[in-house]
Amino acid sequence: MAPIFAYIEHHGGVADDSATELLAAARKIDANASPIAIVAGYGPEFDAVCTTACASYDEVWKVANQSLAYPNAELVRKALVQVLPKGCLLLVPHDHFGIDLSPGLSVKLNAAFVSDVMGVEGTEGANLKLVRQEFGGQVSAHVRCDVSSGAIFNLRPGAFKPIEAVPANGRLVDKSSEVGTLVGGRRYLETIVAEAGDVDITKEPLLVSVGRGIQDKDNIALAEDLAKALGAAVSCSRPVVDAKWLPKSRQVGSSGQTVKPKVYLACGISGSFQHLAGIKGSPLIVAINKNPKAPIFQVADVGIVADILEFLPELTNKIREAKGASV
Amino acid sequence: MEILVCVRRVPDTAENEIRLNSAGNDIERGDLVYSVNEWDNYAVEEALQIVARIGGKVTVVTVGGEEDEEVLRREMAMGANQGVLIADEALNGSDGKGIATVLRAFVQQGHYELILTGVQAEDGGAQVGGMLAATLDYPFASLVNSIEVLPGGKLKISREIAGGNKEMNEIDLPCVLSIQTGINEPRYVGMRGIRQVAGLEIPTFTASALGVDVGTVGVAAARVKRTDYFVPALGKGAEMLQGSSEEIIEKLVALMKAKGGLN
Amino acid sequence: MVGGIQSPALANYGSIPGQVLFSIIALLGIACFTYIVMRRLTPLLRGERDFRFDRPLIRLGRLAQYWLGQWKHPRYRFAGVLHVLIFAGFLILATRAFALLVLGISGHFIVPGFSGMAGQMYEAIKDYAATIVFSCMVVAAVRRIVVKPARYAVPAKYGKGHGADAIFLLALIAVLMASESLFKASESALQAQQRGGVEFLAVLSLPWMLKNLLSETSTAALWNVYRGAYLLDVLTFYFLLCYRPFGIQFHVETSLFNVYFAKLDRGTVKPVRWGVSDEQLDQVKSFGVKKFEDFTWKHMLDFYSCADCGRCSDQCPANAAGRLLSPRFLTIKARDYAFRHYPMLGGPGNGNPLIGGIYSEDEIWSCTTCGACEEECPLLIEYIDKIVDLRRGLVDDGYVPKSIQKALKALESRGNPYGKMEKKRTDWAKAQEFQETCDVKTLNGTNGAGTLYFVDSITSFDDRMQAIARSTARILDHVGEPFGILGGAEKDSGHDVRRFGEETLFMALRDHNVEAIKASGVQRIVTADPHAYNALKHDYKDVPPVEHISQVIAREVRAGKLALAPVENPDNVYAYHDPCYLGRHNQVYDDPRNVLDAVPGLKRVEMKRCRDRSFCCGGGGLMLFYEPQETERMGVKRVRMAAEAGANVIVTACPFCMTNIEDAIKVTGMEGKMTAIDLAELVDQQIARPPSVQMEIRQENAMA
Repeated sequence: MAPIFAYIEHHGGVADDSATELLAAARKIDANASPIAIVAGYGPEFDAVCTTACASYDEVWKVANQSLAYPNAELVRKALVQVLPKGCLLLVPHDHFGIDLSPGLSVKLNAAFVSDVMGVEGTEGANLKLVRQEFGGQVSAHVRCDVSSGAIFNLRPGAFKPIEAVPANGRLVDKSSEVGTLVGGRRYLETIVAEAGDVDITKEPLLVSVGRGIQDKDNIALAEDLAKALGAAVSCSRPVVDAKWLPKSRQVGSSGQTVKPKVYLACGISGSFQHLAGIKGSPLIVAINKNPKAPIFQVADVGIVADILEFLPELTNKIREAKGASV
Repeated sequence: MEILVCVRRVPDTAENEIRLNSAGNDIERGDLVYSVNEWDNYAVEEALQIVARIGGKVTVVTVGGEEDEEVLRREMAMGANQGVLIADEALNGSDGKGIATVLRAFVQQGHYELILTGVQAEDGGAQVGGMLAATLDYPFASLVNSIEVLPGGKLKISREIAGGNKEMNEIDLPCVLSIQTGINEPRYVGMRGIRQVAGLEIPTFTASALGVDVGTVGVAAARVKRTDYFVPALGKGAEMLQGSSEEIIEKLVALMKAKGGLN
Repeated sequence: MVGGIQSPALANYGSIPGQVLFSIIALLGIACFTYIVMRRLTPLLRGERDFRFDRPLIRLGRLAQYWLGQWKHPRYRFAGVLHVLIFAGFLILATRAFALLVLGISGHFIVPGFSGMAGQMYEAIKDYAATIVFSCMVVAAVRRIVVKPARYAVPAKYGKGHGADAIFLLALIAVLMASESLFKASESALQAQQRGGVEFLAVLSLPWMLKNLLSETSTAALWNVYRGAYLLDVLTFYFLLCYRPFGIQFHVETSLFNVYFAKLDRGTVKPVRWGVSDEQLDQVKSFGVKKFEDFTWKHMLDFYSCADCGRCSDQCPANAAGRLLSPRFLTIKARDYAFRHYPMLGGPGNGNPLIGGIYSEDEIWSCTTCGACEEECPLLIEYIDKIVDLRRGLVDDGYVPKSIQKALKALESRGNPYGKMEKKRTDWAKAQEFQETCDVKTLNGTNGAGTLYFVDSITSFDDRMQAIARSTARILDHVGEPFGILGGAEKDSGHDVRRFGEETLFMALRDHNVEAIKASGVQRIVTADPHAYNALKHDYKDVPPVEHISQVIAREVRAGKLALAPVENPDNVYAYHDPCYLGRHNQVYDDPRNVLDAVPGLKRVEMKRCRDRSFCCGGGGLMLFYEPQETERMGVKRVRMAAEAGANVIVTACPFCMTNIEDAIKVTGMEGKMTAIDLAELVDQQIARPPSVQMEIRQENAMA
């Protein structure tokens, strides 16, 4: 098997969570693999990222270049083309950076490319059998990828659980000198930070959705707390918008937004047809409602008969505890 | 500005229940209704709006078969000046690279300053735009959610990045951009609009007519192949969680993790 | 000579002989008026065609009822009676006004037939008429200045109030009445002085009062008053004549035509272009109304005819809910546009888009087409057709709200707005408990059913509304009606697709359904959805006769074939909510009420707004996919109205009403205190069946 590289994303001197997920995926491809982390960047915080990567990976390639102070995918691509060996496998998180980088890089490396990989199901000769989701997650597909002349896989964040591994004491290899001057046709200008509350629920993978069962504007905070603990966004059904407890942009339903999350926590939502029409892509629907006859239970995957005003804080606490333990 | 928009015809997830066929290796295609890929539709609207502002021409191209003319007509009814179909048996089974290769050949026949694609397709992989840019050696940006034309052959664009933030970039023309939904509000096109462009001719090209070496495209050249569809095991129907709230929460967290909604 | 007094025509005004002066005034006045009216007619001549010349006898009949008979006016009691009096006064005074105007030119004129006794009688009557009109002006002014009815108010966004203009017009009419009366009074006083004779004047009339005031005046002064009053009267008359076309008073001239040419067919929608068949529509370059000139001439006449009484907006549920739509200002804004762009001098400026100009998109999508405005308008001004035409223009240019676009696309590809698979249309009939009590056949043209139950989309696919379908089926089954459904071959009736301006898609849905209905070989159609009912009845051609289920039930109850059991909880108080497309658009008001009253022990109350003044639930069809800007939902208001009437059960007969009302019950937090039930569901529950069957059905309903 060709060497496996993992592209480590980082922000503000901290390696992205995906770093450990890529490691897990590499082991799934080849249980004996000793994947090499590749980190590109520049500046005072950059060394800290390399150090973190060394704690998980046995070998870390460092590409420091002034032009990479901001991860402009075009320049990163040009750097990687100069650094990566022919025929290698490269793992990249399937996010706004991976989508920007990998397709073009695969062309330049003459490597195969598979995006949004959810699972790895083993080797078949020179081929790897991978799992993807299609049609908004309604069905999954097996994909066979010929890796004989190298490949790049964009991995869906969260799809590969980090493995409990013995902390590595990785070797840091500085590849910076192999990279020449980087010039491209695209120049980063600035990042405009979204205003608080300006959330696009149509693109959130995890939604805590509240209905009339929330009973009062002040109780919206219970949902917000849970969402914060889960890393989710808060959406709602129409009565909540009608009562002006949440803005219209948060409404799921035929007269509101159509959402395609992976998990939909329906809290105190009875489940009107109009509301359900706004949920697409077969997410895991978890219904929490104190009325065991609520129609939502007929369409939900998981049902919990409980008063959300009591249940939500409990769940929030549990999630916080669990997260606290893992940090 | 001469703008090319690459579009695809896909089964619309909003109007289909995607089910496996009885053999369990493909989706049930008998009852499917198709439409233009949602992201691509935003790309066409954006192209039309740019042309409305600064003038130019919009061409819409798709790689497929005769049945794909339908989406070209829909986009022409929206206002695209020209539709082009690239159809060739030799292209069947192409992977993203194969499609990018044939599109590159088409682009080189014209003088397009801006090429737009959708970020992704319902059954695709957010790849063709980036690959096309690389084969052409054009700059590329994905997840674009605003475009402003600057003087001097440049665009100011924003990309949608995590947390609803926007990454602002300047990009040189010619370039390839993949367009994110929500960048605009695509106009409505009904049956009437499509009927009005029904008589317009849609030129069709084969791979060889574009000078593509058929050995570099199609199923033989594809290094990525979908072998089958399946439905991941996860029981349907509301499973009522019972027990103490501690137990319920424990089960719930496990289920959410299994579905990949919780890390 | 008038009764021995020299005519103003023979008097001198300064050095100008009266005859010359009044001839000039008349000539100028009539010329001006003619010019102004010609200018006002310019846009009508450029407007779209409109076929309004058919069925003259019916039109004359309606003219007698709504124009001469002032039929709609007393719906607003006080203002209505006031208007009837003024209108009658004007009609009576028209002859006198004519005679008076000629008098100034000819010097001696009596309208043929008005000499002798008849003339004397008329003199008395018209003196009272002038008095009444004058008093009405005073009362109307007091209403405007002191009482200030809310419906006259002009919201700030529509510019300054119309009060000053209204009062100016009232004053002008008062002056006209007063000057005419003063002329008569001074003439009478002069006569008395000259001949010593006693000229009889109608006691307590305005001329009578004025004459008493003038009795001590010198002859010279009286003579001046006489001449002056005549001059004032003539000037006021011509001024008013030429001023009216610049404002709401234009309706005095246009109402006759507006009522005569008014729309005759309820429940219908105007064709995209009059005189263009469906087959030729593809050749029409542009659909709907985009610029002012796209309105038909009759719709432009509507704009001129609006009297700004505000009744439409007072009744409009969208306006009440705080939506951007006000039918009154839909008209006033268009009228002002016409005035601005077709000025008295200079060429017309035309072609400006109306949307983004005088109208906003949200305003045009806000209408539920409930018809409350049209029901109320004393001048029979049309609104729905204009809204539909404006929507057609929006659809044609692609300006359709995203949520409606999704529904339209699904309708195009799947025949229902939810994007559900065609084969799932019959799922409601496959619920196991239901199938055991009632087997619903899918028609294939050979299974011999004479009746088609047309279910339509919401009742087929919406879990809650499926219960209505099952109840309807069970009722038909119970009365022994051999019926079936179209199943997967049924598509959305397209009723609201059409009313949302997507004519081409509507035609495709209609054509598909018509073919399927014909293939089914049925002789009649029943539906429980008033929107489908209206579509099948008015929008479709060449399909068998259609009935709403409430009509079927009422007939069976009348015939004694359907026995209803006593109401279970005698404490419940029921209020029937009229669905717009059953009530106003199709005049089915009594059948549902008769059915309710046939349930022994059922207590029924009426909401204040009921029957032809029913308050729309919030709109059906595609309205469920669009939420205009509003302050309070219509359904919420409606539920409150039911509560005010003392009801705790709202009965309706439309799945869309059910959706909106049940939603509203939740929003208002009245769950447990108020419930909603469809008439078919209620009848299904009350059908006197053997107890075992009844039990099964109750269980099944509880499951749903």
